[in-house]
Amino acid sequence: MSFLQGYGFVGLLMLVALALAALFILLPCLLTRLRVIPRKPSPIKTDIYECGLETQGKTWVQFNFRYYFYALVFVVFDVETIFLYPWAVAFNKLGLFALIEMLIFIAILVVGFVYAWRKRVLEWK
Amino acid sequence: MALRTESILVNMGPHHPSTHGVFRMRFIFDGEVIVDMEPVFGYLHRGIEKLAEGRTYAQNIPFTDRLDYLSSMTNNLAYVLAVEKLAGIPVPERAEYLRVIMSELMRICNHLLAVGFLLNELGAFFTPLMYMFREREKVLDLFEMVCGQRLTYNYMRLGGVSHDIPPEFLPAAKKFVREMPGRIDEYERLLSENEILLFRTKGVGILPREQAINASASGPVLRASGVRWDIRRADPYSIYDRLDFDIPTGEVGDTYDRYMVRIKEMRQSTRILEQALEQLPGGSVCTRVPQLVRPPAGEAYGHIEAPKGELGFYLVSDGSVAPYRFKIRSPSFINLTALRDMVRGWKLADAVVIFGSIDIVLGEVDR
Amino acid sequence: MILKRLLDWLAGYWPEWAAYVVVGLVGIMVLIAFFLTMIMVVIWLERKLIGRFQVRWGPNRAGPWGILQPIADAIKVLTKEDIVPDRADKWVHLLAPVVAFVPPLLIFAVIPFQPDAILADLNIGILYVVAVGSIAVVGAFMAGWGSSNKYSLISAMRVAAQMVSYEVPLVLSIIGVILVVGSLSMMDIVNRQSLPFFLMQPLGFLVFFLAAAAEVNRSPFDLLEAESEIIAGYHVEYSGMKFALFYLGEYGHALAASALVTALFLGGGKFPWGALPPSFIWFLAKMVLVFCVLFWIRSTLPRLRVDQFTGFAWKFLFPMSLINIFLVGTELWWAKEMGWSLFPWPFLFLNWAIAGMLVLVWPKLFQLGVGRVEV
Repeated sequence: MSFLQGYGFVGLLMLVALALAALFILLPCLLTRLRVIPRKPSPIKTDIYECGLETQGKTWVQFNFRYYFYALVFVVFDVETIFLYPWAVAFNKLGLFALIEMLIFIAILVVGFVYAWRKRVLEWK
Repeated sequence: MALRTESILVNMGPHHPSTHGVFRMRFIFDGEVIVDMEPVFGYLHRGIEKLAEGRTYAQNIPFTDRLDYLSSMTNNLAYVLAVEKLAGIPVPERAEYLRVIMSELMRICNHLLAVGFLLNELGAFFTPLMYMFREREKVLDLFEMVCGQRLTYNYMRLGGVSHDIPPEFLPAAKKFVREMPGRIDEYERLLSENEILLFRTKGVGILPREQAINASASGPVLRASGVRWDIRRADPYSIYDRLDFDIPTGEVGDTYDRYMVRIKEMRQSTRILEQALEQLPGGSVCTRVPQLVRPPAGEAYGHIEAPKGELGFYLVSDGSVAPYRFKIRSPSFINLTALRDMVRGWKLADAVVIFGSIDIVLGEVDR
Repeated sequence: MILKRLLDWLAGYWPEWAAYVVVGLVGIMVLIAFFLTMIMVVIWLERKLIGRFQVRWGPNRAGPWGILQPIADAIKVLTKEDIVPDRADKWVHLLAPVVAFVPPLLIFAVIPFQPDAILADLNIGILYVVAVGSIAVVGAFMAGWGSSNKYSLISAMRVAAQMVSYEVPLVLSIIGVILVVGSLSMMDIVNRQSLPFFLMQPLGFLVFFLAAAAEVNRSPFDLLEAESEIIAGYHVEYSGMKFALFYLGEYGHALAASALVTALFLGGGKFPWGALPPSFIWFLAKMVLVFCVLFWIRSTLPRLRVDQFTGFAWKFLFPMSLINIFLVGTELWWAKEMGWSLFPWPFLFLNWAIAGMLVLVWPKLFQLGVGRVEV
């Protein structure tokens, strides 16, 4: 019970937070019904804002986001952190061996990182 | 990379926080990189050039206030210079001095706003701008003393200025001139070596010397590209030939140079003000000019170094009380022509900064 | 623990699960009330102080010193018309504010205000914070993409770039702390800080602070809502309460980040000279102080460009966080070998020297940003 206690509270908090957000969204709906909030949509009002002009061309395009490569680097290092966390927790018990081992593990990844850096991948070109 | 991507077409402006009014830039972005930019203007067109042809020479002075509404004094000056040239009206010496004093105050005022808004466009969340406004308020107070207005002054007259300065003006102006260099030091300390400002402006939006000349750019934009061209020296008007000042220039022509040139020009302006306030002679401030000036048929071009560049008025007279042709050479408009080449290949964030560094006012671009 | 005592007391009368739910709800209500009040306080504080930074008064109309300004804003925002663009993806547009609002609130579940004022002292506390905190980014991305607005679209892409760049240094800089503590529980982390960790690990502190500032979109990393460039970024198309949810979520996240900085590096509710009760006052004071630093930066610095922004994460923060991990690891091992005889002080000076040197030298080694691209 005591172990699950905290998680139970967190789950409960999530439900309450979602309910609160739902309340924040539903309350204006209620107030609209009560005529506190105006509701007068018009084609111009519900148009997309683009500095007062009609938007031209598609919005949902194949956007050239230019950080494709370091998004890949991100995946590598984010997975690495999954290994680092348990290592860090147990570090005091493991000692020098673990330190050197992790050093080697990271060094391998850093080689890749340096390669990516040299290849000018780490830029939003 | 064989990924297929599409470019998007984005309008920035006319309703955009950093287009200095109702300018519109039609961008084509590939990701965030600007592939192409097309400037669109005319949203503030009021037909001042045509309107002016139906009014007398003196009635046109207030119109010029509405061109570059952030530096009305210099607009007045350029116009009355052109008319005086056309009609051969003499100007008393005290009026000449007052005109120079007002012009230089106006220049400080304008550059303060230019630098402040530039920093705003860099994303500095209004703090530099608010500091700049603090100084600008003092200049506006001075203007209010002499002509009762804080934005559109209508101060210059054919043959002089409208009012002599009140007694409290000189001490206040001298105090301002004494304080201003310290304030500029303060700005420089806060801004000029700021790492992020350097990152964002050094080498950004370079306007090479040749290109600047070809685009007929003028003012700080031209001088930042390393051209030593200032009408106050090249074709001295009023009493500028008696005053001692330097023309600051940049080297590369990037955004940082344009910023630095403006900061340095403010220092020079305080120098000019110091001398002019010291030498200010007595006498009348306006020659008597008939209500309806009828210049002889002919043409004249009066130009000055306005804060934003060369502001010129080209007037054609047919001998009547109103100009036959009234043409404005506005610095903002002509400096803008270089914009497309400057922003291409840069990013969205740079575009607003480069645009801000040109320092335009739409009232003058669209007229 | 107050909640524990309440639970025991209630369980004497009610079935255990009911007591559990009721106690949980009481705690949660207190937490939410605290969360919303704190947001109002910091919004007022930020506006007032930025006003003072900018030689103006700041809000001073609603109530004394404008103290009712956030309430006036709340009423205004509540009575605004809710506009949904025709072309928007309706469901994504509707759900995005919820996704952006909930995670910051969830982070507060494990913030250790004081030993008996923590909703849930999870044994994986900090991991939970990292996991939950990055969900808010999804909300921003949903809003940006779902609005069908081009500025929002650009903003959404920046959100994604920010996420993939700053998540790694953020997570790695925490590992230095965990190495010392040997536990992921937030309470343990605070309890271990007889000396605040920012003294021991200045590099980790710097990286965490900057990465957290970027994670919660505070200036100079506020590119996704860069007003001068893309107007309001991902929430251009939002109005009324939906906008307010983003606003609350953003400030809540910034508060959560300040709370994390306080808990991880500034010693949480601990007071340097002995125990001065109650410790949550100290926690709050430190938290607000960190928040003040955030908007001090905001009112001082211009914004980075997007390539410089991501480059900064990869080329500066990431190497720094790796160096920090091995610096701390090596020192810990060495200190254990020497039997903890001269533990903190020599290492403290060494770490500050190394951090200072790296901060001065490392940025000279590379170019930040790519400059002009040929088109």
